[in-house]
Amino acid sequence: MPARSLPVSIGPPAGAEYPFVPSVSLDTLWFQVAGTICNLKCTHCFISCSPTNHNHEMLSLAQVRERLEEAVRLGVREYYFTGGEPFLNPEILPILEETLRQGPASVLTNGVFLTPERCRRLKELSDASDYSLDLRVSIDGYTAIENDSIRGAGTFEKILRGIANLADTGLNPVVTVTEACDGAGTAEGRARFLAWMRSIGISRPRLKVLSLFRIGAEEGRLRAYESWETLRGRELSWGEAEKLQCSSCRMVTSRGVYVCPILIDEPRAMMGRTLGETLRPFELRYAACFTCHEFGVTCRT
Amino acid sequence: MPDVTRLAFFGGVYSNSTALANAVAGARREGVDALYALGDFGGFGPHPDRVFPILLDAGVQCIQGNYEESLSSGAEDCHCGYTDPRDNHFAQISYDYTASNTSPEWKRWMGSLPKTRRLDVAGRRVLLVHGSPRKINEFLWESTSPVAFLEKMLADAGADVLLCTHTGLHWKRQLPSGRIVVNAGVLGRPANDGRTNVWYSVVSFGADVSVEFVPVEYDFATLAEEMRREGLPEEFSETISTGWWTTCLEILPAKERERGRY
Repeated sequence: MPARSLPVSIGPPAGAEYPFVPSVSLDTLWFQVAGTICNLKCTHCFISCSPTNHNHEMLSLAQVRERLEEAVRLGVREYYFTGGEPFLNPEILPILEETLRQGPASVLTNGVFLTPERCRRLKELSDASDYSLDLRVSIDGYTAIENDSIRGAGTFEKILRGIANLADTGLNPVVTVTEACDGAGTAEGRARFLAWMRSIGISRPRLKVLSLFRIGAEEGRLRAYESWETLRGRELSWGEAEKLQCSSCRMVTSRGVYVCPILIDEPRAMMGRTLGETLRPFELRYAACFTCHEFGVTCRT
Repeated sequence: MPDVTRLAFFGGVYSNSTALANAVAGARREGVDALYALGDFGGFGPHPDRVFPILLDAGVQCIQGNYEESLSSGAEDCHCGYTDPRDNHFAQISYDYTASNTSPEWKRWMGSLPKTRRLDVAGRRVLLVHGSPRKINEFLWESTSPVAFLEKMLADAGADVLLCTHTGLHWKRQLPSGRIVVNAGVLGRPANDGRTNVWYSVVSFGADVSVEFVPVEYDFATLAEEMRREGLPEEFSETISTGWWTTCLEILPAKERERGRY
């Protein structure tokens, strides 16, 4: 294979204030499958999802299928489904079934709708596919007091039940916790969380700690970004550019194809109607881009 | 069968010199035409310098893995590509031990190896890599490497047959176009299946291409004991003795994780 000649660093192009991230490959395709519609109203949600937020609408099976067909031609590696709450989408199971025919799928859920029957169906879908199906369940603490203050009254017990239902069917979820959960970002915090997961019956605990983005509802919970939190004028090394998830992902919503899962409330982050239209460099002009760059954030599992 | 060329491919050796010696002897008994090693000669196991004379004496043709790239360039870690802190913790112990116990001469030697290798066998363009054609440390797992993704990867790389390793688990997939992907597995640690043997691959190129995964038995009890004597983590010896992975697990996709004990 001819060696790719790569630039050492990628500065802002002439006349631009911010560096541009190249589109290296399209490996990861996200679907905002439930739009911004959620049964919960978490106080740290970076896109302020709620039962009444219709900024992005749910995606139908037909809409997902259209992008899946394009994704095959582009050689996409993996698929992620988020919202809102994906299990509010009445077509979520057929959507996953079609997706799992062509690649691995991950679903990001709050766990509230993971009934025993739905978990059994998910396990069947997983077993029928050559590819991995991952369920990622969000929780925000070890106790109802910590969790419910962020995710809403009574949610802790419901999430635990959802996790237990998954485990009972033989699906081992990835439990995700944000840094809003005190200490989760530290080694001690992780160890404590893993021990807690074992204590609730998960024998092989899988944990992902997520960074917070100071946009959406989170802006009002702790603080908004400050002016210094920006990539303005910065140069990116090629290695840094490749580590940014926007160099290898796109996000499909009812409004179009966005650069990444984080920036769907930014009109200029909508890059086109089809995947093909969006395979071009993107200007890292948003404060959230600073978080991904500084902390090496990836929304992938 | 004069019209068939049979090649043996060894994945990560991880300092398991006994398994390597047995694999070389086994491949010779099978009458293969040539031997190739896909990188990651060190890491995990004890006494890394014991591996290189075996490779050279047997005429094994080698490419670099991320370990050789890191060791030869004086990098501070293995660049294995893990993302979880627990995976990285054990990877660092493994790398620090290997870096301290590999002689400078061998580090220079591994830096002179190519990072990929191309062969033309029975009319097929064969590409040898450590991780993937685009990245030395990319993990090509069976359950997260879909057909369309692999078709594009091989088309972009101009390859009909791809040989890789890096994940520690062997698998193969024939694509609708006829292209073939083979993850050769590794000689360094068992395949997380509760069995103590390790694996290499023999690919036969004739009118068709066929892939055989070959189990290798070796004296795992002595290896586990040597690892303990060298002060390597008990978790590593346990994997060698039981066939179940105990570390660098978090990187496993759901399906591969489900098959293991931990």
